Amino acid sequence: MPIVKHKPKPKPEVLPGVRHPLEKYLRTDRLPHIWCSGCGLGIALSSFLYALEELEIDPDSVAVVSGIGCAGRFAGYVRLDSYHTTHGRAIPFATGLKLAKPDLKVVVFSGDGDLFAIGGNHFIHAARRNVDITVLCVNNFNYGMTGGQVGPTTPIEGRTTTTPYGNFEHPFNLVYLAASAGATYVARWTTLHARRLKESIKEALQHPGFNFIEIISPCPTNFGRRNKLGDALDEMRYYAEKAMIRHGADPAAAEVVPGKEFIVGKFVDTRKPTYLELYRKKVEELFGR
Amino acid sequence: MANKPVTRTASRVTKKRVLSGVHFMNGDEAIAEGAIAAGCTFFAAYPITPQSEIAERMARRLPQVDGVFIQMEDELGAMAAVIGAAWGGVKAMTATSGPGFSLMMENLGLAVMTETPCVIANVQRGAPSTGLPTLVGQGDMMQARWGSHGHYEIIALSPASPQEAFDLTVKAFALSERFRSPVLLMTDEVVGHMYERVEIPEEVPVAPRRKPKAPPDGFLPFKPEEDLVPPMACAGDGYRIHVTGLTHDERGYPAMDAEAHDKLVRRLCEKITRFRDEFTWYEEVMTEDAEVLVISYGISARVSLGGVELARAKGIKAGLLRLITIWPFPDEVIRKFADRVGGLVVVEINLGQIYREVERASGGRVPMRGVFHAGGRIHTPEEVLAGIEEVLECRS
Ligand SMILES: Cc1ncc(C[n+]2csc(CCOP(=O)(O)OP(=O)(O)O)c2C)c(N)n1
Ligand code: SF4
Ligand SMILES: [Mg+2]
Repeated sequence: MPIVKHKPKPKPEVLPGVRHPLEKYLRTDRLPHIWCSGCGLGIALSSFLYALEELEIDPDSVAVVSGIGCAGRFAGYVRLDSYHTTHGRAIPFATGLKLAKPDLKVVVFSGDGDLFAIGGNHFIHAARRNVDITVLCVNNFNYGMTGGQVGPTTPIEGRTTTTPYGNFEHPFNLVYLAASAGATYVARWTTLHARRLKESIKEALQHPGFNFIEIISPCPTNFGRRNKLGDALDEMRYYAEKAMIRHGADPAAAEVVPGKEFIVGKFVDTRKPTYLELYRKKVEELFGR
Repeated sequence: MANKPVTRTASRVTKKRVLSGVHFMNGDEAIAEGAIAAGCTFFAAYPITPQSEIAERMARRLPQVDGVFIQMEDELGAMAAVIGAAWGGVKAMTATSGPGFSLMMENLGLAVMTETPCVIANVQRGAPSTGLPTLVGQGDMMQARWGSHGHYEIIALSPASPQEAFDLTVKAFALSERFRSPVLLMTDEVVGHMYERVEIPEEVPVAPRRKPKAPPDGFLPFKPEEDLVPPMACAGDGYRIHVTGLTHDERGYPAMDAEAHDKLVRRLCEKITRFRDEFTWYEEVMTEDAEVLVISYGISARVSLGGVELARAKGIKAGLLRLITIWPFPDEVIRKFADRVGGLVVVEINLGQIYREVERASGGRVPMRGVFHAGGRIHTPEEVLAGIEEVLECRS
């Protein structure tokens, strides 16, 4: 590939006093971020921040917890109480944080490998308990941070650095997994659906209980390149062509198979008592109130 | 004092934090009561013998005092939840035994790196692996020191009785807040399961968290105060800080260079070692005229006292140094004694972990003997006596 030399772009003029609406939520002193160009993580982040903005959420009342990975870097860019923990442990960390400080909105923002391989056990148990947290998973079908190895969502025949002959392990269908484990809000979008994703995040943030949103996202540097998916725009075109919006679809039938149509939308939106509601009820019973 | 009635509290529903009075309880229960008395309101753990009595007591008591008990899906999650809860502003604790302690190691490092106050109790059993689930061991002492990856300092205390288990748990919480560091309670199956008189005082102070005095604007969350410990802005306090296990600068931002790393790791170590005199605790018995000094800790120290008494009865001038603070290792204390006595005997239920530390600290000044076995039972006083006699022999 020829190396294209870009002319340095003139700095965009910023009118004095004009601020980007998301600036108050961003650690602008940490920009530029480490993500590759074309990566979907930025869209996922801005969708989340616009959701905060539109809900007019007090930034002091929300915390972000991430694990480790490219997606794990979310916590580093938000100007919120933000915790970059260990690989796989964002959910139990968030559980402790939420139970210690119930008024806080706790959002876990991490990757497919972090949440479903090394951290899979915590995911199903937090969903089972209906801990009142929102889990946003950026699924790029591989381990981006470590150079593009196979992960629990890599499709059959997917090429990664550790499946050089094509993946033969069965992948997880994340929305089916979340629904079966007891999540009370389950949705899936792609980074093409930025506005729908934002609306979905807004719903999840206001929905009590364990909420899960899968965000299908391009990783042009690793998964995209090795699987000849073209550049990030090609992947967006692919999403536009193949993603079928079907609210209320059966999550069991929502597998993501390369080259085939796949379902996005809201799969589950129900209510059941949260962990803390049930805990408080027990305490009231104990003291006979 | 001795005539005070024993209060039965285990099954009573009470909102009292401090169960003042005289109790008959085991070491595990004493740890749980010590934690609650110290202000702990969050406990996350996974059941394991011989720790379960701590978790069970916490499950009963924490809902009574506005706290939260949660049985996690594993010890990885338990340790992570404890750190999360501590950042939520509360005093948090977990308890385990060897296999679970191994699973906690990565997140113990996260607590060190993020300077998170919390307490971890390890009720040691025979190991390695599943080993002897119901029988005593002291084989995790070095794991306590070096179990998580990287170079760090940790505070570890070792109680020798249920009363001391209570007292040291209270102190562990105070130290964790003072140093913004995880603190380990390295007890063992025998102390954990031994029932004894435990007196809980009228009042137990709750150690304050160091909160920032400066306003959020321009606040540097990892800029230490004079004693090398930074104040802690918890979630929702309005500081909106970033906390990471990556090497970070005073802003809390990742700093990927050798200089920043060296600076941070050194400070994390020094904030503890520089002030170790504040918490280097030990007990001396019959040491004034001692020619042979037995050094031990936890349950082994109690047995060692029996051995020292047997030696005295035979006219041997033996004494006991019972270590309460194990880490950072009390080098100075060992050196001081090594200059005074003619032989050292180390008694422990492993094949020589603290022995090596004593050897290092005493610098080969005096002959040494180790009285070891791998676990499953406590020593007999006779075995300790044999060690004392051996070290005397090799001196003559
Ligand atoms: C205990 C542990 N094992 C392995 C790693 C190395 N590691 C860092 S990120 C990562 C994978 C992350 O994948 P994913 O969660 O999908 O995030 P992505 O980078 O794709 O956004 C791995 C294996 C680690 N940091 N910790
Ligand atoms: S490696 Fe992939 S996931 Fe990571 S920043 Fe680059 S494009 Fe994004
Ligand atoms: Mg990934």
